[in-house]
Amino acid sequence: MNDPVLTLQSPTLPPGRRPFFLRRGPMEAVAVTIIALGFLMLFQPFALVLYTYSLVTLLVGTFMFMIVSKFPE
Amino acid sequence: MTTSPHTYADKAAEAAVRATPEPLVRRVRALSDKAIAWLFIAPTIALLLAINIFPLFWAIYLSFTNYRANRPNAEVKNVGLGNYSRVLNDPDIWASMQTTAHFVFWTILLQTVIGFALAYLIDRKFRGHAFWTTLILIPMMLSPAVVGNFWRFLYEPQIGLFAYAVSFLTGIPTSEIQMLGSVNLAPWAIIIVDTWMWTPYVMLICLAGLRSIPDYIYEAAEVDRASNWRQFWSITVPMALPFIMLAVLFRGIENFKMFDMVNLLTGGGPGSTTEVASITLKRDAFEAWATGRSSAFAIVLFVAVFGLANIYVKALNRVKQR
Repeated sequence: MNDPVLTLQSPTLPPGRRPFFLRRGPMEAVAVTIIALGFLMLFQPFALVLYTYSLVTLLVGTFMFMIVSKFPE
Repeated sequence: MTTSPHTYADKAAEAAVRATPEPLVRRVRALSDKAIAWLFIAPTIALLLAINIFPLFWAIYLSFTNYRANRPNAEVKNVGLGNYSRVLNDPDIWASMQTTAHFVFWTILLQTVIGFALAYLIDRKFRGHAFWTTLILIPMMLSPAVVGNFWRFLYEPQIGLFAYAVSFLTGIPTSEIQMLGSVNLAPWAIIIVDTWMWTPYVMLICLAGLRSIPDYIYEAAEVDRASNWRQFWSITVPMALPFIMLAVLFRGIENFKMFDMVNLLTGGGPGSTTEVASITLKRDAFEAWATGRSSAFAIVLFVAVFGLANIYVKALNRVKQR
């Protein structure tokens, strides 16, 4: 009697898996981190230069969040 | 013989059609459901556009110009990002942002802790809890102008009840309790008033969260012999968390825009110790008449609040998915 042949397959990504920068979850987390950073920069009492660049950081984070939140799950 | 309701409805519809002028009937019949739906919501959309969206875009436009509202006939020039550059390099505006952050942090912390504690007590449903709920909610129903004015009297060093109460408890003479005149105490005077006024609001939202927790979860925990402490941290807090976060979001957004109470109580003083961002904005816009620059400042605040709201909505969704 022959034993059934077992074969090993290397794990592969499921079909249709998107790259990191097109996935909603991680990119939303990145956008939220940038917004939080901008927020802290706006209200921190330590360096004027951080306050100066806070608006740009906030805008980048907010626009990024608006875009990536439209990505499919 | 009885007539069915359908017959009445049909007769009423026919009567309505007969009473309607012929061209209008034809036009209405030609409209799709979608078009009729749009007709119904069009007035609201028009109002929203006129009151909310148009001023926002107008402020964005003004923030790139040298427009001054007290010189409406002067030539309006485009200054590019000049106004933003001035706002984001001004140490006084930076200081007002720090004052705002201090104010927002303490008011939200106190309101959340006290509001949740009150909601937890009210949820016990003791005798007369409805009366106490109504009593606690009263400050929230008052106008900020009224609250600001009567707290000014309460804080008066010579005749104020607050000064008398503190003097009675600590022995400090009432003339030395200058809540609104002291550099150290003035920010706390505003924090106390805002906490007094808006804690009931946080309590109400937290109470809704506590009442939404089904009793059978606590009953199952009782069967498992979970202590009250364990039930509080493992059932009450996690299940009420979305509501607490919602309250924090609403109060956070409101407190960033805080103006009326500060203006009535201290007007930004003494010196500039209580000059929150909205007071600086008002001075820039209506005392210095730098409309373009103040518009840029307003847009900076708007972006900050918008970003904060995004973070909170994301956090709220994550909590709700758990």
